[in-house]
Amino acid sequence: MRYSGFQVFLNGLTGNRGWAPVWRDPAPKDHYDVIIIGGGGHGLATAYYLAREHGITNVAVLEKGTIGGGNVGRNTTVVRANYMLDGNVEFYSHSLKLWQNLSAELNYNVMLSRRGCILLAHSDGQLEALARRGNMNLMQGDGAELWDAATLRRHIPYLNFDDPRFPLKGGLMQWEAGTARHDAVAWGYARAADRLGVDLIQNCEVTGFRIERGRVTGVDTTRGHIGAGKVGMAVAGRSSQVAAMAGLRLPIESHVLQAFVTEGLKPVIDTVISFGMGHFYISQSDKGGLVFGGDIDGYNSYAQRGNLPIVEHVAEAGMALMPMIGRARMLRSWGGIMDMTMDGSPIIDRTPVEGLFFNGGWCYGGFKAVPGGGHVFAHLIATGNPHPVATKFRLDRFARGAVIDEEATGATPNLH
Amino acid sequence: MKLDCPLCGARDIREFHYQGAASLADRPDPDAPEAQQVFLDYVYMRDNPAGENRELWFHAHGCGAWLVATRNVTTHEFLSVRLAAAREAAP
Ligand SMILES: Cc1cc2nc3c(=O)[nH]c(=O)nc-3n(C[C@H](O)[C@H](O)[C@H](O)COP(=O)(O)OP(=O)(O)OC[C@H]3O[C@@H](n4cnc5c(N)ncnc54)[C@H](O)[C@@H]3O)c2cc1C
Ligand SMILES: [Zn+2]
Repeated sequence: MRYSGFQVFLNGLTGNRGWAPVWRDPAPKDHYDVIIIGGGGHGLATAYYLAREHGITNVAVLEKGTIGGGNVGRNTTVVRANYMLDGNVEFYSHSLKLWQNLSAELNYNVMLSRRGCILLAHSDGQLEALARRGNMNLMQGDGAELWDAATLRRHIPYLNFDDPRFPLKGGLMQWEAGTARHDAVAWGYARAADRLGVDLIQNCEVTGFRIERGRVTGVDTTRGHIGAGKVGMAVAGRSSQVAAMAGLRLPIESHVLQAFVTEGLKPVIDTVISFGMGHFYISQSDKGGLVFGGDIDGYNSYAQRGNLPIVEHVAEAGMALMPMIGRARMLRSWGGIMDMTMDGSPIIDRTPVEGLFFNGGWCYGGFKAVPGGGHVFAHLIATGNPHPVATKFRLDRFARGAVIDEEATGATPNLH
Repeated sequence: MKLDCPLCGARDIREFHYQGAASLADRPDPDAPEAQQVFLDYVYMRDNPAGENRELWFHAHGCGAWLVATRNVTTHEFLSVRLAAAREAAP
């Protein structure tokens, strides 16, 4: 069924009995042209673009849990393209462009809300660094607007401008940035892929690879062996484990990132605000909750829950930036396991095993990258060559010294 | 979380800085014939197990000692801890 306002109206009149399940629940076939491991944002988008752009429809997405139960449904939904380094700039720009028409293309409302995203500066030097970053964004064709303190005060009057330690000197605004509904992104890609013939197979954990003479021929799963011409990994947080089954060791550590939401409030924060000094970022959801987050907990974790020191740290940073939120009550907090790479940038590449491809290392930023990541990963799997906007996300960049280190902190994943 | 520093006793985790995989304390020989590959692995590659992880902690807001701890990263439970300096002496 094609979704439309008319359908909503019609079903409203007929007791909502006309809605059908959004995707099929097929049993796995013996063999697929392409298997994608991981039914998160990147896996689902990859399957969709394989079918849609490359005509490869004999595809399965194998998901160990349920579709959308991973980080794609746990993030704080910020979508932006204000990175600074070669490699990242062109890729995130590409991804932001794909967001533009996503709801129409998928016939599924992903609730993209272009409310802008502001990065704050606390010193003249920082403002100059942001000006440089803005110029990089403009050169790439993305939006960037440098705000002085007066402009910032006009738009966002409730910030703590005169904090003695972190006074506000201005910021860099990208109006094209914003938020989207994370679950809808997973469900929209899942439904669109299913309609093009992709099999979405849930509760199917990959437990091993079949590799013959250096070439992958299939995977072992909790639902039996499944053969494949090519296999793509998109397992976020679990990349090291899955890659190890193919004998690969990665430049990745797994860390937990927490996020928080308050009770629903009246509209108050109409943009995405990012406070670099305390690493705190915040936006308001359509339901009214303030959605915010900060740093990762800082030590390797697969626990999918964080600890209290970071809760306290994030709350302190929030209070330092906007004391007015101090009376809001926190409703929930949660954590997700993320692949932190050694330079803080993602990896999308072939692997030393023929026919086996890798998408991962998304660190803090993999949600905004879902359309772009799926698009270029599908290109890589279909053609064997990296997409022109993703030529630098190579696995061997560490050996070549070609790291993409936005934070300039070196091989310390907990600091990126 | 608490970490039981051998010098100071059990202290809140906020007193410590995480310094990465314990393997980082074993700097390879830069003059070895395979040094380039060995250093690539040493600096960039990680086992990243979903179970027991051997790691370095620095008692920054305490005695200043470097510690080698084994921790279950699926539960955050510390299983053992000792001074990094006692490395050679340990059995
Ligand atoms: C708290 C938090 C806030 C975030 N905020 C933002 C943000 O504001 N903006 C942004 O851009 N990014 C953000 N991110 C990052 C973003 O959510 C992730 O980088 C991105 O979702 C990862 O890609 P994915 O959607 O494919 O991952 P996932 O949804 O995690 O998909 C991976 C899937 O692989 C499956 N899998 C794992 N192992 C196997 C196996 N052996 N067999 C089969 N399936 C397997 C998992 O079950 C999972 O469903 C945030 C992350 C967290 C945790
Ligand atoms: Zn101590």
